[in-house]
Amino acid sequence: MGDRPAFSDLMKEIKTGKFIFTGELEPTKMVDISEIIHSAEAMKEYVVAANVTDGPQGMAYVNSLIPSYLVQEKVGLETVYQMTVRDRNRIALFGDILAAACVGIKNVLALTGDHSALGDNPGAKPVFDLDSTQFVYQLSKMIDENTDVYGNEIETGKVEMNVGIAANPNASPREAEILKVGRKVAVGADYIQTQTAFDIDDAKDFIKELSRYNCPILLGLFPLKNYGIASYFDKYIPGVSVPKDLLKSLKSAKKSIKDKKERNKKVDEINLEFFVPFIREIKKSTQAAGIHCMAVHYERLFEPLLKEFR
Amino acid sequence: MIITKLKDIDEIYEMIKPYSKILIAGCDGCCQPPRSINEAKVLGQMLELKSKMNGKNLTWKAITVLRQCDDRIAGTTVRPYIDEYKAIVSLACGLGVSMLNRIFEDTLTFPAQDSMFGASENHGDNLYEQYCDTCGECLLGETAGICPVASCAKGLHNGPCGGQVDGFCEVGGYKYPCAWIQIYERLKKFNRLDLYNKFRPPKDYRLMTSPGHLELIQEYTNAIEEKEEEK
Repeated sequence: MGDRPAFSDLMKEIKTGKFIFTGELEPTKMVDISEIIHSAEAMKEYVVAANVTDGPQGMAYVNSLIPSYLVQEKVGLETVYQMTVRDRNRIALFGDILAAACVGIKNVLALTGDHSALGDNPGAKPVFDLDSTQFVYQLSKMIDENTDVYGNEIETGKVEMNVGIAANPNASPREAEILKVGRKVAVGADYIQTQTAFDIDDAKDFIKELSRYNCPILLGLFPLKNYGIASYFDKYIPGVSVPKDLLKSLKSAKKSIKDKKERNKKVDEINLEFFVPFIREIKKSTQAAGIHCMAVHYERLFEPLLKEFR
Repeated sequence: MIITKLKDIDEIYEMIKPYSKILIAGCDGCCQPPRSINEAKVLGQMLELKSKMNGKNLTWKAITVLRQCDDRIAGTTVRPYIDEYKAIVSLACGLGVSMLNRIFEDTLTFPAQDSMFGASENHGDNLYEQYCDTCGECLLGETAGICPVASCAKGLHNGPCGGQVDGFCEVGGYKYPCAWIQIYERLKKFNRLDLYNKFRPPKDYRLMTSPGHLELIQEYTNAIEEKEEEK
């Protein structure tokens, strides 16, 4: 980490050394984003900031900038504006960052993005003018030197943002991933938010290996709202496998409990049994700065999940 | 060589439907799979049959050209037929189709194929593979001879991305290798991870922008003039 100031509340909180939490919001094909606003309100008390996703799985969704802005404005919860390099060239990325700065966005997460061929507009021309590392480089130019990548100056005002990057604890070979993260940190990342982890030993090793870069890490966790989501995640999210026992208990809850309220209660219990000790262990024995909790549409879990860590 | 794929016969027929007399030109150049005189004849027969089914008569002649992308060769081979036939169907790649259209301004040449990519022939694995994307700025010296522009589905200069699983790419259902993991492994083998760790800044895509031009004579003349000036 360089000398970049902490512009965002997220970065300021990280710098205090407190073990913190971030959440995640996933706007989809929508014009009315009240659902996103409600989710943000529900998690506001528990997280320092919420990431707003940018067309995950290559899907054509509402641009993440406006929801990022509206959540900050209407809910008062700071957002992490996720940006992929899949759909925008360096000119468009530059313009969107300026626009984000205009409306007070303080965090950007620089991502490659899932290939457009995987999404629901599969014939789209994939852009990838910059890769995520070059995007971090562009952001550094904008934030630290007040210019674009060619040195053309930003005429009025300053981009005051902190830059996050992703890392994948499930990646194999591991060394290729670790070194790549190093490359990204070297060009100006402020913090790392990882993909989801389910294996505690793997997660601990990963954090340990990344700690050589002295860049704060928020470990990604994905609470499983129901068996359907868990099994989809297990089958279709590359490189991620949900522990068999966890899948089994969720499946049996689905089958054996008819009453929705009771079933939800059981599912929450299963999640808490798995994730509370997980977080406890990460907090106790790693240098992680906190947890990036991707409990999308599962905000009710925040209260019981996080109460002992607040 | 250029990898091509024959278009659906209905699509070719739709293009030549307005014409009653066509020339079908194979290409003996680098097009793969080969589309020479025999393929031209087969296409002629198929189009004739298709025309008959639609109640029309089609007259055709099949020829082949040593290389359709060379204006001299293509010009001398095709010119003797040009007045007699109303349209040409080319079995070359897009280079050949374009060349015939440029040489013979008064005749339309239609493509019988889709051009896929420039390939190297890998006999060992029985594969044609796209090793180069002619990007105008060769990175192979930093990537152990594996091109991320051509071989990475996202063309990343600082890969891999998060979409690789155990060395396989998210595009194509984890069937094809991740170029960046191949690069990592090969650089590691030569103890050259310093090259892997290197940050490659944003690429200058002006070098890759089409249309590409190289004025041979001009460059040659300039070089001679510069040398003489130096003297």
